[in-house]
Amino acid sequence: MSRFVIPLVLFVVLVVFLAIGLGRDPHEVPSPLINQSAPHFQLAQLKDPSRTFSGDEMRGKVWLLNVWASWCITCRDEHPLLLEYARSKAVPIYGLNLKDKPEDALAWLGELGDPYVLSVSDLDGRVGIDYGVYGAPETYLIDRNGVIRFKQIGPVTPDIWTQKILPLAQKLNSGN
Amino acid sequence: MKHALALLILLGSLSPAVIAKDAQPAAADPVLEERVMKLSKELRCLVCQNETLADSRADLADDLRNQIREQMKSGKSDKEIISYLTARYGKFILYNPPVDPTTYLLWFGPFVLLLAGLFVLFRYLKQRRELIVEQPLSAEERSRAETLLKATPEKETA
Repeated sequence: MSRFVIPLVLFVVLVVFLAIGLGRDPHEVPSPLINQSAPHFQLAQLKDPSRTFSGDEMRGKVWLLNVWASWCITCRDEHPLLLEYARSKAVPIYGLNLKDKPEDALAWLGELGDPYVLSVSDLDGRVGIDYGVYGAPETYLIDRNGVIRFKQIGPVTPDIWTQKILPLAQKLNSGN
Repeated sequence: MKHALALLILLGSLSPAVIAKDAQPAAADPVLEERVMKLSKELRCLVCQNETLADSRADLADDLRNQIREQMKSGKSDKEIISYLTARYGKFILYNPPVDPTTYLLWFGPFVLLLAGLFVLFRYLKQRRELIVEQPLSAEERSRAETLLKATPEKETA
């Protein structure tokens, strides 16, 4: 009897491990920035480079920082969703335009619509590195105290939006 | 023909320099550059995760190498630079996984499997040895063996 039980148990264990492995995206690296203060930045605004914007100005508000670029193909897929999320006015979305030519970025927003309250230009990608960005689009949910509470690597899908970001944003907004 | 070939070789040797426009500061300080390459061999490129930062041609790898170069220029130690990077990208950026609770299974798993294998092997061998241990003959068997032993030479001579 045990002749069959042991291999069967080993087989089931192996299948469980493989199944878990299949369900995970190896490209998703857990960010060490979760529950840490969002790195400081002060950058020129995309639409009005004479003015700057800093994440510190958002103290007291729950907001999203979305990293995008006109050269980023997945951002184009994500864009209509962002427009929809922005229209719902649930959470203000700010854009970090990563290593882009401002004229390309402006043309992109002109063509596809602008979901952002405003975007800032990270021309040399330094702020991107501070935020641990390695694959745009990436989105950070930042709470009232300037702490990163959630990070989405890759597009914010409707599932992520309704199951992760919205509930968490509501919780953060209602809490003190 | 020879000229064409020479030209081709010349072009071939030129093109990497032309493509790698980001690597221009390299020539500035070979000692620094060697340090940058040595450190970036220990770091992972997060875009193409099976490559080191030194091997990768991804944009981000370029930027991170530049970061490392700048920080080295400003006098930071390798350790400081590594902690700067792990604070942003996590321990995953280390190409050599450090020994910590999340990697215990990775580091010690094989030894655990080896020990488990040895345990099973020894238990099996012990079981087998018990099975083939010599059983003393019973009185009946002994007398039968004796008659057989006595009988054989007679048969042979007969």
